[in-house]
Amino acid sequence: MSRSVVTAAILAWLTLLGQPAQADSVIHKEKSLYRNIEVREARDRRCLVFAMRRRDSRQSCINLDRPQEVVFPYTKMTFAALLLQDNPASILIVGLGGGTLPKTLSQLFPSAVIDVVEIDAAVYRVAQQFFKFKESDQVKVSIADARVFIKRAQIRKNSYDIIILDAFTGEYIPEHLMTKEFLEEVRSLLTSTGVVVANTFSSSKLYNYESVTYRSVFGNFFNFKMPLTGNRVIISGPQPLPSRAILAGRAKRLANRLAPYYINIEDFPRYMATTRDWDETVRPMTDQYAPANLLKH
Amino acid sequence: MYTAADHPEIGIMSSAAVNVLPTRTITSPGLVMSLAFTSGFIIMSVELLGGRILAPYFGSSIYVWGSIISIFMVALSTGYLIGGKLSLRNPDLFKFGTFFLVAAIALLPIVFFSDLAMESVFTRIEDPRYGSLIASTLLFFVPTAILGMIAPYSVRLMVENAGHSGQVAGGLYFVSTLGSALGTLLTSFYLVLWFEMNTIVISMILALGVAGMTALWVGRKSLR
Repeated sequence: MSRSVVTAAILAWLTLLGQPAQADSVIHKEKSLYRNIEVREARDRRCLVFAMRRRDSRQSCINLDRPQEVVFPYTKMTFAALLLQDNPASILIVGLGGGTLPKTLSQLFPSAVIDVVEIDAAVYRVAQQFFKFKESDQVKVSIADARVFIKRAQIRKNSYDIIILDAFTGEYIPEHLMTKEFLEEVRSLLTSTGVVVANTFSSSKLYNYESVTYRSVFGNFFNFKMPLTGNRVIISGPQPLPSRAILAGRAKRLANRLAPYYINIEDFPRYMATTRDWDETVRPMTDQYAPANLLKH
Repeated sequence: MYTAADHPEIGIMSSAAVNVLPTRTITSPGLVMSLAFTSGFIIMSVELLGGRILAPYFGSSIYVWGSIISIFMVALSTGYLIGGKLSLRNPDLFKFGTFFLVAAIALLPIVFFSDLAMESVFTRIEDPRYGSLIASTLLFFVPTAILGMIAPYSVRLMVENAGHSGQVAGGLYFVSTLGSALGTLLTSFYLVLWFEMNTIVISMILALGVAGMTALWVGRKSLR
């Protein structure tokens, strides 16, 4: 009996990871300064994969038959930001991946200015070549370290209605993008009605540290976890958090606009919790103390 | 016969200096060895922390490491040159100890002024490659150069005659490089997990202080 449990667990795990490697065909492969990048295709899916010996991590996928579909659950979850700010004029996205977020957001908000920061020029090329990502007058990509970009943006006195932090590949964490000081810089770029959305870690000791760090900068935040996804999305901003009823009302109004992207935003509010389910005694990560990669284990 | 060309690491010693060596009695080789170990440990520990110190302003990309490593190399080579030169003039343990104290003081700006220094570099230089290069120069060049002076000087303190100079240099490089390896490992595996960066640097400063005072104490007779 315990063996069937194990088998079921393994099957579930395989499903989560996607198809076994041999089912995919690798249509592009390159070594960048930071990682091994692959583009793989299986049936209607095309995915950006950061290939690693231990385990590959899929960064972004598109559905070739339904180009508008937002495939990944956590990417869908990012759109919960619209429940706090439904008319952004300016958006900053940290981490390009396959470009799903800027593509979708620019379709939803054609007049919004969207800045994307990506550290890896190779990812940018691959997004253009294989994932139909295009720059435009509204959508601009900067190849830079996010911390450096954000410090420069502070000097330029830029501000954003939505800031999306999606810089973590799962394997290695840029520790300087996880500290209290970094988040304070992020907060200083938010407009008074702005929203920060961060795709973060839901397991390991890091969950506690990260929660405490976000709380020390943003106060209360929505801790957004959905069943069957390994992700946790943090959503907050300078305004007080709206009640669940208000969220549900807004979700209802947004539902039709987001349906073409396969985002069921009406499912979201019930999972957007404000309870603190982490160990609050750990210290926040700072520029002085940020052993994020060591805490991950 | 050994010549400077056979052993470039002792090339700084003039033949005249070598000739007077046997008249000197060598005090506390164990102390010199452990001081060399300490300096090796601290050089690499600080170098490793350098990446973390610069990251908030310049990122943690490969060029930031490029800046740090090259500045450490240039600083060490400068230190070797100066330390070698200084070893020509009546080398003794007392002067050796002062190197450690000066290095300790030179590390203080990393704790107290690094944000100020990096802020001003950041606002002046847009390109993070040159920004990180200038910032590492400001923060790390002087202390690393002083720590570099310790290597050739400690060779001079321990060499009694030209015949065994290579062996002495080898032994010293052995302990100081081993110290470097340990400094790298301990800092990256454990120290950053247990302590804040400033706490680690301050501990290094205190360790250098203790090392220097010990050398001054043991070497105080040479003052007379």
